[in-house]
Amino acid sequence: MSVETPAKPRLKTSAMIASIAAEGQRTISAPFGHALAELAAKKPEIVGMSADLAKYTDLHIFREAHPDRFYQMGMAEQLLMMAGAGMAREGFQPWLTTYAVFATRRAYDFLCLAIAEEGLDVKVACALPGLTTGYGPSHQASEDIAILRGMPELTIVDPCDAIDIQQAVQPISDHKGPVYMRLLRGKVPAVLDEYDYTFELGKAKMLREGADVLFISSGLMTMRALEAADALRADKVEAAVLHCPTIKPLDEATIRAAVAAKPGRLVVVAENHSVIGGLGEAVAASLLGSGTVPSGFRQIGLPDRFLDAGALPTLHDRYGISTEQVVARTLDWLDA
Amino acid sequence: MSLSASPSTPTASDTNMPLAELSRRAYHIRRHALKMGQVQGQGYVGQALGIADVLAVAYFRALNLRPAEPEWEGRDRFLLSIGHYAIALYAALIEAGVIPLEELETYGSDDSRLPMSGMASYTPGMEISGGSLGQGLGIAVGMGLGLKRKGTGQFVYNLLSDGELGEGSTWEAAASAAHWKLDNLIAVVDFNNQQADGPSTQVLGMGDIAAKFEAFGWHAQFVDGNDMEALVAAFDTARELDDPRPRVIVAQTLMGQGVPFLETREKTHFIRVDEDEWDKAIEVLDTGFAAAAA
Repeated sequence: MSVETPAKPRLKTSAMIASIAAEGQRTISAPFGHALAELAAKKPEIVGMSADLAKYTDLHIFREAHPDRFYQMGMAEQLLMMAGAGMAREGFQPWLTTYAVFATRRAYDFLCLAIAEEGLDVKVACALPGLTTGYGPSHQASEDIAILRGMPELTIVDPCDAIDIQQAVQPISDHKGPVYMRLLRGKVPAVLDEYDYTFELGKAKMLREGADVLFISSGLMTMRALEAADALRADKVEAAVLHCPTIKPLDEATIRAAVAAKPGRLVVVAENHSVIGGLGEAVAASLLGSGTVPSGFRQIGLPDRFLDAGALPTLHDRYGISTEQVVARTLDWLDA
Repeated sequence: MSLSASPSTPTASDTNMPLAELSRRAYHIRRHALKMGQVQGQGYVGQALGIADVLAVAYFRALNLRPAEPEWEGRDRFLLSIGHYAIALYAALIEAGVIPLEELETYGSDDSRLPMSGMASYTPGMEISGGSLGQGLGIAVGMGLGLKRKGTGQFVYNLLSDGELGEGSTWEAAASAAHWKLDNLIAVVDFNNQQADGPSTQVLGMGDIAAKFEAFGWHAQFVDGNDMEALVAAFDTARELDDPRPRVIVAQTLMGQGVPFLETREKTHFIRVDEDEWDKAIEVLDTGFAAAAA
């Protein structure tokens, strides 16, 4: 009896936190941990707290630099939020880390009432946003932004790469109030230093211009949009990329202006998140509400379903958020 | 008249306050609560009457406070998890001089600083927004850690209810407080055996509450929460104990305490008081206190 050889090699799921870096891509190690440790050297009020995931959120870098300012709260995310609230009440600025699924699904009430309703200066930095692990729905935070966008007074940040993360830590710290930050950790791709870009809290930034398509994107999908924009030139398609690292409050003025400047462009909102309740819907509501209507509007994001387990490249391809899929779908939409 | 500089704002509490004076304070707290209930025609007065003795000991013996300066950094923190007990805490804050007496007329009204459920942003002396039960003890853990970080000697108190112990987050906090050796944390559990759907021991029985806290690494005391002498001893022990463990006082209280016709009324989470009964309740309370004091 013979065994058929599969046409394509089967990819392996790899570690819990699979790398999002492409082969050969330039990366920076633990950008969040290093940035926070450096900032904390200047700001004595900063403390770090984690729910048994310091190592997996790069907070161990902070812990090594400032051991007396790190609090291990155990596998108890509700407690993490409550204790963070208590620390903030005593004048400290706690940076809480866990996975996005646990902070949002499990500890919502605590983040909402103990922290946000009180306007406390607590920062919540969460690894595994959207589809950045192949471990299945227990760890895939495909709807974290949807859960949190309805929470008043909470700022939501979705950085693109290591550069964005490095730059975002200080402005997030300087902003007095609760912030939820989606975290890429480990060896994180570095991309944005190739562009004329500086992170500003609450601001969307145009990374490149183009006449045919306007990508409006956040998080790692900005990286994909930039790659797609390069690739689309082969098909004589010029794509602009507007990066929106702050999801809430949304920089509606910049988004509307970008759309209104060239209303003939197809607008494609790309996010590492469910198409429900994320950046795409926020942009759509803002455009429709202001009468800024583009020639076309499409969303690239995760489907409204519990996602499969498997290797990230396989899954990103399956759900249409790989660079190749972004290119192919955009060309289809332009042809339609 | 010239104002002479006073060295510090006087504190409300006195660690040597005699029992008779504490009983008088507790009577006033009950009276303020009934007055507020009368304004609104309802309120959690059963709980307020039950917990008044605990609050009298807390606010007039245990807590280091400056009534004119509710956010004074050196104060002991008192966190009310159970937002619906706000009527009781307002009564204590009025009695302590943090809130003016006249303000009880606004209880539960539009634009009042005294909403039905206790919230930090509304009321001076209300440290946290309670109401979503199971949050107070964890916040107390964070504040206890913060105070230790600052190296100051204040205590954090958290008043929670027996029903609230059903929230698992309370036990995350209980484990953490012991883990971090928060000897500056004093929890007080109002064990009145009553929650929304019935007796707490039947809704989700916790068994021996003090033993559970002990098993979590706490120093635990079980006292009659309407026995002033026992409460004073328990609070003094909790404060003065040379022991790295966090402390809990499980105070068994009687809802309606001090107003006999409410003490014996069918026990529910929300004791109904008819419109014509408020004056009678205050009168009975006055008479009872006068007789006991005589």
